[in-house]
This record gives sequence, C-alpha cells and structure tokens, in this order.
Amino acid sequence: MDKPSKSNIRIGFYVCHCGSNIAAMVDCPAVAKYVETLPNVVLSRDYKYMCSDPGQELIQKDIAEFKLNRVVVASCSPLLHEHTFRGAVEAGGLNPFFFQMVNIREHDSWVHTDKAEATAKAKELARAAVLRVAQHKALEVKKVPIHPDALVVGGGIAGIHAAMTLANAGKKVFLVEREPSIGGHMAKFDKTFPTLDCAACILTPKMSAVGTHPNITLLSYSEVTKLDGYVGNYTVTVKRKPRYIIEDKCTGCQDCIVNCVYKEPKFRDEFNEGLGKRKPVYIPFPQATPQVVAIDPKTCLNFRNGELTNKCKKSCVTACGEKQAIDFNQQETFLDLKVGTIIITTGFQTFDAKRMPQYGYGKYPNVYTALEIERLVNTSGPTGGHVVMRDGKTEPKSIGIIHCVGSRDKKTNRWCSRVCCMYSMKLAHLLKEHTGAEVYSFYIDMRTPGKGYEEFYDKLLEEGVHFIRGRVGEVTDWAMSKEEMEEGKLIIRVEDTLAGYVRRIPFDMVVLATGMEAQSDAQDVRRLFNMSCGSEGFFLERHPKLAPVSTFTEGIFIAGACQGPRDIPDTVAQAGAAAAEALALIDKGHIEQEPNTAYIIEEECCGCKSCLPLCPYTAITFDTGKKKAVINEALCKGCGTCVAACPSGSIVQNLFDDDEIFSEIQGVLAHE
Amino acid sequence: MTTKYSYFPGCSLKGIGRAYEESLLPVFRALGCELEELEDWNCCGATAYMAVDEVKACVLASRNLAMAEQLGHKELLAPCSACYLVLNKTKHYLEDSPAVRGVIQKALAEVNMTYSGQTPVKHPLDVMINNIGLDEIKKRVKRPLTGLKVAPYYGCQIVRPYATFDDQHDPVTMDRLLEAIGCEIVRFPLKTRCCGASLTGTLPEPGLLCAKIILAEALKRGADVIATVCPLCQFNLDGYHHNIEKKWGPHRIPTVYFTQLMGLAFGLGERELGLHRGFIPMKPLPAPAAAGA
Repeated sequence: MDKPSKSNIRIGFYVCHCGSNIAAMVDCPAVAKYVETLPNVVLSRDYKYMCSDPGQELIQKDIAEFKLNRVVVASCSPLLHEHTFRGAVEAGGLNPFFFQMVNIREHDSWVHTDKAEATAKAKELARAAVLRVAQHKALEVKKVPIHPDALVVGGGIAGIHAAMTLANAGKKVFLVEREPSIGGHMAKFDKTFPTLDCAACILTPKMSAVGTHPNITLLSYSEVTKLDGYVGNYTVTVKRKPRYIIEDKCTGCQDCIVNCVYKEPKFRDEFNEGLGKRKPVYIPFPQATPQVVAIDPKTCLNFRNGELTNKCKKSCVTACGEKQAIDFNQQETFLDLKVGTIIITTGFQTFDAKRMPQYGYGKYPNVYTALEIERLVNTSGPTGGHVVMRDGKTEPKSIGIIHCVGSRDKKTNRWCSRVCCMYSMKLAHLLKEHTGAEVYSFYIDMRTPGKGYEEFYDKLLEEGVHFIRGRVGEVTDWAMSKEEMEEGKLIIRVEDTLAGYVRRIPFDMVVLATGMEAQSDAQDVRRLFNMSCGSEGFFLERHPKLAPVSTFTEGIFIAGACQGPRDIPDTVAQAGAAAAEALALIDKGHIEQEPNTAYIIEEECCGCKSCLPLCPYTAITFDTGKKKAVINEALCKGCGTCVAACPSGSIVQNLFDDDEIFSEIQGVLAHE
Repeated sequence: MTTKYSYFPGCSLKGIGRAYEESLLPVFRALGCELEELEDWNCCGATAYMAVDEVKACVLASRNLAMAEQLGHKELLAPCSACYLVLNKTKHYLEDSPAVRGVIQKALAEVNMTYSGQTPVKHPLDVMINNIGLDEIKKRVKRPLTGLKVAPYYGCQIVRPYATFDDQHDPVTMDRLLEAIGCEIVRFPLKTRCCGASLTGTLPEPGLLCAKIILAEALKRGADVIATVCPLCQFNLDGYHHNIEKKWGPHRIPTVYFTQLMGLAFGLGERELGLHRGFIPMKPLPAPAAAGA
C-alpha cells in the first residue's frame, strides 16, 4: 500500500449480508471492520439487504452526512444490482460512476465452503475495489435515439401475435417468414387442447389480419442474412427467395395450379407431412397467407436441378393470362431494413422419430408421428379427416400412443417437452371420435399443469382411453402367438409399472408423441443475432425468471418455442410480453448508452490501423486526412479489444483506464 | 500391404466355437489383414467370474489387455461377444473408477506388467465396416451369395451396454456386410433378443424357449440361414434342436457365423470354413453365377 492517498477522496464502503446468502459463508462485520483501515475510507458498514429501500437510503444519507464522494458495495453480481446502486449514488448527488461493486456472492460465498478463506477473499476483493474507486472519473451517460420500426423473425403464432401487438400500437413492423406462408406449426394442428377449438378457426383470422394490416410488411419466403448496428439502430439484410411469382400481381386464383401440366399432384406435400401430394406450383394450404402461389424449382418441369431449362409447355403462364404473375427468371433479391428492435420467434422442430429405431418409425408403415396424425384427423388434411392407415383404406381398430418420444431421455433429449401429454390426449380423443378405436396411452408421468388441463385428463379417463404407465420398450411386428391376435399387428412391449409386469399389446396403429427441440439451424440464427443458446440448443433468455423474453443483446427479444418447449397459450403470452418490452424501448424514444466506451488520444495515434479489423462492432474508422483512427462511441460496446491491441497505447477505455485497472490489481495482490 | 491386429481368441474360439476361428482367420487373410494371437492369453473373465467377483474378472481381462499393448499393434480384435464385452467393460472401469484401477494396477505390477489403456478392443464387424470398408470387401467376392436369405442375429453383448459402432436397438453393420456379399437380408425384429444364454444349461425350459423363439421367427420370415457373431448364440441356436423338437416340433434352420458366409462368398471351401461342424447343415448354395459376376 505504498500508493499515496488522495486527501480529497472520501469512500463509503458497504458489505451486504444478502440475508444468509453471503453472511453464512463470509464474516461481513469482519470485512467491514477491515475495510475501515484502508486508505481514504471514511465509513464502512455491514447491512442485511443493501438492495432494499432502507439500504439504498442509507447510502444517500451517508453521502450527505459524511460528505462521501466515492461508494463501494460488496454484494451480488453487478448484472443484478449495479444499476440499482449507481441509481442510489446518483440520488445521493454524486456522479453514478463514482461507484464500484464487488461480487462476493457468486464469486465467493456461493462457491466456497471454508468461512475463514471466503472472508479473506472478500477482504481482498473489497480492497481492490476501494483502491480502484479512488481513481474513478465522472462519466456521462449518452442518449441515442431509437428507430421506431420493429422486425419480427418467424411467422408462427408467436411472431404473428408479436407483430399484431406492435402494429396495433401503431408501430411499423416487418414480419419475416422463411416458408411461403405464415402460420407455423399451429396451422398444421387440427384442434387445440384442452378446449378442443379448431386451430385454424382461431389462427387464420389472425393470419389474414397480418396480411392486411397497414402497419405490417409481410416478407414471406424470406430469410434474414445479416445484422448490423446496435440497439435502436439495427440494419437488417433480408434475402427474398425467388418463388417465381410476382407477389403483387398474383391474386391467389390458383388457375395456374389447375392448369399445371401435372394433372395429378405428384410431389411430397410438406404441409401435410408427406401424407398428401402437391403439384410443382402450389399454395401450401387453403388459408395460406399471403394468398400467393409458389413454384418449386426442384419439381417444376421448367427447371432441371433448379436450373431454368424452358422444357415445359407453360400452361400455367397461359392460365395466368393478363395478370402475368409468373416470372421464371425471378432471382433472389436482398432488402435492407432499418429497425430499432427485433423479436425472434423462430420456433422449434419436432424430434426425428427415426432416431429411436426401437419404435419402428420409417420401418413399419403404420407407425405415425403425432404431427402426421394432426393432418390425418384434419378435415382439410390429405384424407379429408378420414382416419385411414397408409394403405389408404383401412380404419384402425386399435391405436397405441407412445409419450415422451425424444423427451426425458438421456440418450436423446433430456428435457420434458411440456406439450406432449396434452396433445397426446387430444389426439386420443380425436382418434376415438373419428374411428371408435380402442386407444391406449403409454406414459411415464402424466403432466397436465395448466388451466383446464387436469380436467381434460379426467374427461379422457371417462371416455375410456386406457392409460398405461410405463416407458415403451419397443414396437415390433414379431407376433409371439396367434391366440393373442398378434399376427399382422404392431406389438407394443412395455413394462406396465402399475400392474407390475411386462405386457405385449397388439395395435393396428402406433402414434409417437415426438418432443420439441431447437431448430437445426438455431446456432446460425444465434450467431446472426448475437444471442446465446443453452446447452439444449434453445435460445437463452437474459434471466430465467426476471427477464424471460430479453436476450444478452439489447433490443433483441425472444418469444415462443425458440426459447424452450411451450404450448400455444404460453407462446402467445410470451409473444405479447416481448412486444411490450419492444414497445417500452421504442416509446422511450432513446436508449442510454453505457459510457464505458473506448476513445483515441489523437496525438498519440500513429495511424497503424491495427485496431480497425479487430473491432467486432465495426466501430472504428480511419480518418485518411488526419491519418488517425476514429472510434464511433455509439457503436462501441466497450469490449476492450482495441485497447489491448493498440501498440502505442493510445486507446483508452472509460471505466477501464490504466490507473483504475492497476489500482485494482494492486488491491487484489497486496498482502498484509 | 497387410495390416496387423492383435487377436484374442478366448476359450470359445478354441473349443465349441472353433468354426468361428476357422472362418475368421482365412477371411481376414483374404482381406489383407494378419491376426497375431496373444502368446499367453488367459480367460477373458466372462460369465462365472463376472458374476462372482467383478473386480477379479477385470483383473483377468486386464492381463490380456496389457499383453496386447505390449505386442504393439494398434488394435486388439476380440471376436467372441463375451470377450469383447468384458475387455471393453474393463477398459471403461479403468478409465472411470480409480478404485478398480488401483486394484488392477497392483495386480499387474505383481507380474511386472502395466497397461496404459491405449489399445482399443475391436469387434471384427467394426473392423470390417469401418477399417476395411464395404468397397474393399465387395472386391474380394468371387461367388456372390445371391438368393441366400439370411436372418441377421446379433445377440445382446456387442451392442449392450456399450454401443460403440452400431445402433443399440437396431444394429445394421452385419446387414450391410452380408448385403455386400450378395445375401438377401430378411427383416428380423429379434436381432438382439436373448438366445437363452447360459439358461439353456441351468434352467433349460425358459432358456430353450428363448432359442426356439428366434428359430421360429427366422423360419417364419423365410430365412434360409441365421447369421450370428457370437459363439454362445451359435451354440444355443444350433445345438439344442433335438430338445426343441421334442417340446415344440421341428425348427430346423442352420445357424452360422457371418465369417463363414463371407468365406463362402470369397470362394473358400466349406470344410475350410468349418461349415461341417454345424448340427443343421447349410443347404448347398445355388450354382455359382457365370464368371465375372
């Protein structure tokens, strides 16, 4: 401690007990007593909850009474309460940056088991902060205006709801969807649990509202390819994929589809999970939004391997006639959008049932995924709602539904997908209603936590659906005996854990309740928008409880199943929350920018340009006239990369200048 | 250029499963691989040992592993499923359990041996599919077994609990291999169902039922022959036809090692491949296709 103390510095130090979170492992009074002996410390206290109102008022009172001009609080992570305490310091009449926080909870009490050692560590961390704060300079928070337009990525129910909420609040919204139509997974569902109202009936009005809303620009069949800028001022590049139809000219009359040279639909219909067929020119489903057809170059005769060859008679062009909406030469185009906030609602994918070969999906034709059954029971589905098996004529007389396929399983996905118990019961009800078949449900635990969900389970029990508790071992076509009527059936082998024995139950049809997982390109989307993913691949929220729709990037929010498995009610609630968070930002009109940005000491910069390519935020430009680097403070995020790299030491970062950092190091390393 | 592998035959391949060794060695030779047998190998530690004292069983296994490491070839081949499992299990214990590792190292030190855990234990199926490759195998085929319907039967031990080179529930490596030599693969849902294991000796009724179920299903699905990778499976499926017939009627279908079928496809003689040792003989193969096939 040979550093001379500045006589005008008056530091107040506070160590927080955090109830017992800190106090159980750190001797807080001892820390306070020790800090009192450090240079410039005028006052040192320990207190039960520093973040409480009395705690904050204590700081303000002390600033006035003891003429403090620096404050240090040793408590939790700055992520949680730095903002709180800076506010208290500012309310006490000081510059909020005359404050330093010490994390003795996450970094100390929570991770150590020896009280004496933990206390010693707390003292060292506190000493570092006390030496550092003496060097702090007054800084000013800058205000940057926010662009009022918003971008929503993904047009499922989450994106639709978020876009509508923003648009109804008078904001301009761009909704980007990579498929030819919005609607997402929900558009494929037949009924929704537990009320059994038809999914299309509640979704399609919202879809067409999106299509016609004056504040919404719908960019279907498009993908975001690039993101620049920062909160309030993002520039987004959107790729518009060629659908070979001029959207403005297409009226959705579908004459082109009728007149396609393929008289019968021949190709896998993605919307119907491959259970139906479509033509090369198609509209995904009757209520598709926008009501614009698309041409699939992989199957259209006019293309070969995606290349235009002009081999076809072009009967679709003739049918389109004067509208002239078909353009085989359409190329992909790129659109630059300026937005202030972004909501990511890219949804989920269902678990690939082939990853569990013991259930025979893809091997036995009458093993179905739940999504296929949704289409099969749907009146506008490939069979008009007539439940028949893959031979196209036989109705199943017995159906087994297997829960948790690709969920709650260490070998595939460990998490519970939350929706499968409920949708399995919905499908059990619908299948029974459509076919009168005996329906069995094989579950590990029934999970029905939701409004009206347990009541729905009761209803199913009354309807006579058989519930068998046990994880299914395998689905096989191995018939053990003729007496059991196993011949020609699919046999489910399962340990019935309530009856306590292994059973073989023959079925005509087996349904796999596949779980939800992150989209296969979630990592690309994460990188594009500068977000994080949890270990299971879903996008990571800023805080699981208190910031569930925020991300670690300011101005970018997430909602729906891209953040984790959830059902429609929760998805819509989250989408509304994300829209509200975005609105809060937009309507504030500006953002306050952390002043911990870097700046260049112009006279010392030698113009070597070392820093230019290093900046991840492209905040540094080069003034060719002066031959000096220039940092745009609005773009600088304060990562410090350029500061470390500058060979002449002419870049300085606010709040992290050499005096501050060296004092902190000295504090940590000083031994008594 | 020949590739050399250390080779741990185990007791079965010298006794009841000698047809496996008799076919394995020439087939690998034809594929340009040389198997060098460990000089002084001992019991792998399977079955009775494992059941009585797991750690002692691991000690037995580790002596073999140590010898293989000393021999210096990159990989140790263990064709018998039981050996393959115990040797691998021991490797896992050595990696995961400091307590077991301590006992083993002490035991090995007594006889001036060490084992660092380097040499992987491989199954011939793994080596054929992943080291040699189907293309290379196809090149050696002189007489494709076209028209021969085979039920591929893997047994339990090569995929459970460690599924290192194939799917645990629906293994397919032998399917691919036999397809490559021209066989027609019968879809066989009982690929990994129990053959009866040692129950055929200790509790014959349930044990023989297990074997009978597999034979019956293979017959029902129109197979000419069951192909297996395990001496115990082969023994149970081939050795008890008399008893099975007394109880449930005849279930006559030959059970052979996959290496025997490969040998036939490579143009080797039936006696050379130990095919005369089975109780249920294979029907003569269809006449070889015209030259150049």
